Amino acid sequence: MEEVVHFDRRRREFLKTAGTTAAFGALAAANLAWPGTALAQGAWNAKAFSSKSLSDVVKAYGGAGAEPTNDVSWGSTPEIAENGAVVPISVTSRIPNTESISILIEKNPNALAARFQFPQGTDPTVSTRVKINQSSNVHALIKTANGKFYVATREVKVTIGGCGG
Amino acid sequence: MADPMRIRASMQGDKVLVRVLMSHEMETGQRKDESGKIVPAHFIQNVTVTHNGKTVLSAEWGPAVSKNPFLQFQFAGGKVGDKIQIIWTDNKGGTRTDEAVVN
Repeated sequence: MEEVVHFDRRRREFLKTAGTTAAFGALAAANLAWPGTALAQGAWNAKAFSSKSLSDVVKAYGGAGAEPTNDVSWGSTPEIAENGAVVPISVTSRIPNTESISILIEKNPNALAARFQFPQGTDPTVSTRVKINQSSNVHALIKTANGKFYVATREVKVTIGGCGG
Repeated sequence: MADPMRIRASMQGDKVLVRVLMSHEMETGQRKDESGKIVPAHFIQNVTVTHNGKTVLSAEWGPAVSKNPFLQFQFAGGKVGDKIQIIWTDNKGGTRTDEAVVN
C-alpha cells in the first residue's frame, strides 16, 4: 500500500512538472506576454479522451446528450479505407453557431480522436487523418455556442486496422 | 526537437485556406516493440493556430490522430502577407512553433 501511494504521488508530481514545462515552452515559443488565452486553449480534457462512448464524451464536455443531425457533410471521408492507420476525415457543419467539432471513432480503444474549436470568423469545417482500428461508426459531434450538442454518424469500413504493430 | 511543420496558407476567394503537415510519431501507447514491451504513448495534445496574433483554430488531439498529422481549415479576415503561427505541444512536454505567410 505504501508503495502504491508513493508511486502515485511521484506520478502526480511528474505530471505537474511535465504540464508546466509544456505550457511554458509553448508560451516562450509564442512570445506571449500574458498566458490567459494560450493556457485556456491549451486545456486537454483527459476525461473526454479516455471515454469509451459518444455519451461519455458529451458528458465530459458538459452536455447531457446529443441530438442527431443531417446538417453535416463528410467531404472526402471514404466509405471504405484500405489503410486504417491513415484515414482522411473531413467534416463540415451547417449548424448555425457551431463552436466545436469532435471526431469520434466508436470502436477505437478510446472513442474521441480529435476536437477542433472554431472562433468567430473560422468556418466550421476541418480535414485531418485518423487511425481506425476496425470497421466502425465515425461520429461528428458538434457543440454550438449556446451549449447544444448534435451528432452525425457515418460508417467507415477498414481493410487493414490502424492501431496494431 | 521535432522537424519543422510544413504550412501552406493561401487566399481562396476571401478566405485563407490553411494546410499543415506536422512531423510527429503519434504513438498510441497500445503498440508493442520487438521485445514485447509496450511503446509508451507519445502524441500531440494541443494545437493552436493564430493569425496576426489572434487565435483562428484550436484543437485537442488524442493518439488516434495519424502519424505525421495533417490539418486543413479556413478562416475569413486575412490577406496576402499576413502571418500565420502554429504551436503544438505533446504529452511529454515537447513543443514546436512554426510560421508562414499568407500568399
